[in-house]
Amino acid sequence: MAAVTQDTAIRTGRITRTFIYLVLVLFALFYLLPLYVMVANSLKPLGEITGGNMMALPGTWTIEPWLAAWSTAQIGVEPTGLKPYFLNSILMVVPAVAISTVLGALNGYVLTKWRFPGDNILFGLMLFSCFIPFQIVLIPMATILGKMGLAGSIPGLVLVHVVYGIGFTTLYYRNYYAAFPTELVRAAMIDGAGFFRIFWRILLPVSGPITVVSVIWQFTNIWNDFLFGASFGGQSQPMTVALNNLVQSSTGVKEYNVHFAGAILAALPTLLVYVVAGRYFVRGLMAGSVKG
Amino acid sequence: MSTDAMSTQVTDTDLRTRLQDWIPKLVLSPSVAMMVVFVYGFILYTVYLSFSGSRMLPSYDLIGLANYTRLWGLSAWWTAVINLAIFASLYIAICTAIGLTLAILLDQKIRGEGMLRPIYLYPMALSFIVTGTAWKWFLDPGIGLENTMHLWGWESFEFGWIKDRNMAIYTIVIAAVWQTSGFVMAMFLAGLRGIDNEILKAAQIDGASNWNLYRRIVIPLLRPAFLSAFVILAHLAVKSYDLVIALTGGGPGRATELPATFMYSYTFTRNQMGTGAASAVIMLMTIAAIMMPYLYAELKEKK
Repeated sequence: MAAVTQDTAIRTGRITRTFIYLVLVLFALFYLLPLYVMVANSLKPLGEITGGNMMALPGTWTIEPWLAAWSTAQIGVEPTGLKPYFLNSILMVVPAVAISTVLGALNGYVLTKWRFPGDNILFGLMLFSCFIPFQIVLIPMATILGKMGLAGSIPGLVLVHVVYGIGFTTLYYRNYYAAFPTELVRAAMIDGAGFFRIFWRILLPVSGPITVVSVIWQFTNIWNDFLFGASFGGQSQPMTVALNNLVQSSTGVKEYNVHFAGAILAALPTLLVYVVAGRYFVRGLMAGSVKG
Repeated sequence: MSTDAMSTQVTDTDLRTRLQDWIPKLVLSPSVAMMVVFVYGFILYTVYLSFSGSRMLPSYDLIGLANYTRLWGLSAWWTAVINLAIFASLYIAICTAIGLTLAILLDQKIRGEGMLRPIYLYPMALSFIVTGTAWKWFLDPGIGLENTMHLWGWESFEFGWIKDRNMAIYTIVIAAVWQTSGFVMAMFLAGLRGIDNEILKAAQIDGASNWNLYRRIVIPLLRPAFLSAFVILAHLAVKSYDLVIALTGGGPGRATELPATFMYSYTFTRNQMGTGAASAVIMLMTIAAIMMPYLYAELKEKK
């Protein structure tokens, strides 16, 4: 046991190590607990929740709450379930992620390989736009979307998410391309390759990892957004807004099991991405704290 | 597309180079245009509205600082600001403490680190609405933790913070810490992994105890990670909106209103757009005061 610790400079005794494991496991339970409660209770009949223990496993297992959350639960005034909103979220997320990632890649390319005076200031301004409290743009955005005829529509939401997403995607690609040898780009230029050919042939082939980071980050952020969806969603509300409507509805019996199932449905896509590509997600998070 | 241009105009190198000069700027221009209009233009517009008498719809009659004086005279705004102060300081302090502790413990060559780390971090992948929903029921005395403890035989256990005006704000801290502390752990862990082991070994030969090693050497070396964590957490705190909506809806009463929820309700449900705009401007200035020096230093460093 002790041998495991030898190649770090810090040495710890057996009792200390037991204590360390204890603390680490307790924290793991703390993080897992809410997820466990949600999953366990989404598989119970309602009576078992109101009359029973939330920590207990279901006595009678049922997927009824999941079916109800998906297709029949009352969202606002319509008993449509979350299905149409799930679709809205997909229709919003896919183009928004694609467009913001493509623009971010091109911006990063220009800002590192085709530098011009003032490019750093431009980048700084773009970067700051990622961190603004979005309350500052809500009023004019509502006006403009209305004038453009995009209020309450999916294209409107796509526009909003592209606009406030390119700061991050540009940041990712800029920092990534900055590490790419500029000499190679110069050599290609001398050989007569143009702007797009260099991008397509030289930079794009090595951009796999950062593209995964950017896509995952944008997907998670846009899928999880609530403020823009609630403000500009109108008839095309995304999943998060629908979930909130489902949970906060004050009419009728509170169907906790359906709420839990709905919450997991809303979380499933991003959780899935996290399980499959968690490493890239963490990389995106870290790069999002600017330290590249 | 550029190949066509090339083959037809090989001789005209002058035109070609000039075109090549313009392409990068042309490619950048849609993003710059969007940024100028939708970010900085909109900020200026909201600043303008904050000096105007806008109510339900934007109006352009300037009324000076009236919105700001009105705002700072509102008890609801003061509640929101004080709540933010409580929430932000506890949130930042607890996240940093948990994050640092977990990172240091995980850095002791732990078996199963590969399993623990993703568990600490997964809440970051969830929407605040989902987190809020989960914690809302978990903290509900009727079906949640309190009820569970009663069923397990601890009859006197009480945990009704979420229904208590004076304590509800702390439930928001709990849920927010749950969501982001794993991320702070990851930031510190990256910092720890970046520290040269030789420095530590040298200190150990000099007879430093583990405690002193961390206190005197490791933690000071983590200063950049502390700074990043502070900036990220502070800006998340100021922007917190979804979590409050999902967890308490700003209640009980107005007990958990934050500036972000205040701005929304004053602008869109109470038709006090001028006052709402003023509160948004104050939020922006708070974040700018935190982010600008940080971003400036980061960008300068990179050069």
